[in-house]
Amino acid sequence: MSLQVSRNGDVVVIEVDGQLIVGNRQELKQKVLDEAEGGARKILVDFAGAGYIDSSGLGVLVSLAKRMRELGGDLRLANLNDDLQTLFELTKLDSLFQIADTRERALESF
Amino acid sequence: MVSNVALDIRFPSDVQQIEGVVAQVVHRCRECRFNGRQLSLNVPVALTEALSNAILRGNGDDAAKHVWVRAEVSEVRLVLEVEDEGDGFDLEACTEDPTTPENLLREDGRGLFLMRSLMDRVERFRGVGNVVRLTLHRR
Repeated sequence: MSLQVSRNGDVVVIEVDGQLIVGNRQELKQKVLDEAEGGARKILVDFAGAGYIDSSGLGVLVSLAKRMRELGGDLRLANLNDDLQTLFELTKLDSLFQIADTRERALESF
Repeated sequence: MVSNVALDIRFPSDVQQIEGVVAQVVHRCRECRFNGRQLSLNVPVALTEALSNAILRGNGDDAAKHVWVRAEVSEVRLVLEVEDEGDGFDLEACTEDPTTPENLLREDGRGLFLMRSLMDRVERFRGVGNVVRLTLHRR
């Protein structure tokens, strides 16, 4: 997995490329926490280039969403493919996250 | 386990090994014409969960221990066995519903649920060590 970080106004966009699983989930967690520590309060995780996610990856997203809300911010998601959408629906995490079809829509939603 | 084993892998208990093992199993399933969804979702996610459980829970994240994966793949079904050196666990008792309001915000507790949601059958029994068997029929 690799992560690309960019900024669009006050939104930090983190692109996930590859699988988000138990062996690498801490990289995403640390990246978001570093951005939050630097003052970011609007985080968008873009899964356009992502493969599969396991329960550890889902758990990290839950943990980060909670942390961002505690800080008065928000973490939102974009570009879930059909497989990822299924995972979020199975676990009902689609009710926890604001999920946009495209990055543009996600950016507009903040 | 039936005798026609397509894959037989024993590897050190390290989560960095997971992607490589999953790729090998998915490759065999692709050769046996499993459908795209099974190749991109059911098999990799369920197997990742089983391997993760074996490494982190069964073997206590001890790199000196090993995990053993046996896979039989045909154009009818995939049968996977993941064996660790732990004492095992009660599959029913340990499977939680992560979708309830009290569990939704938990960081953990989704692994067995996903495994059981994405496979046709999940069993646990004692072999030499603790074995989780996953079965998925090709569709």
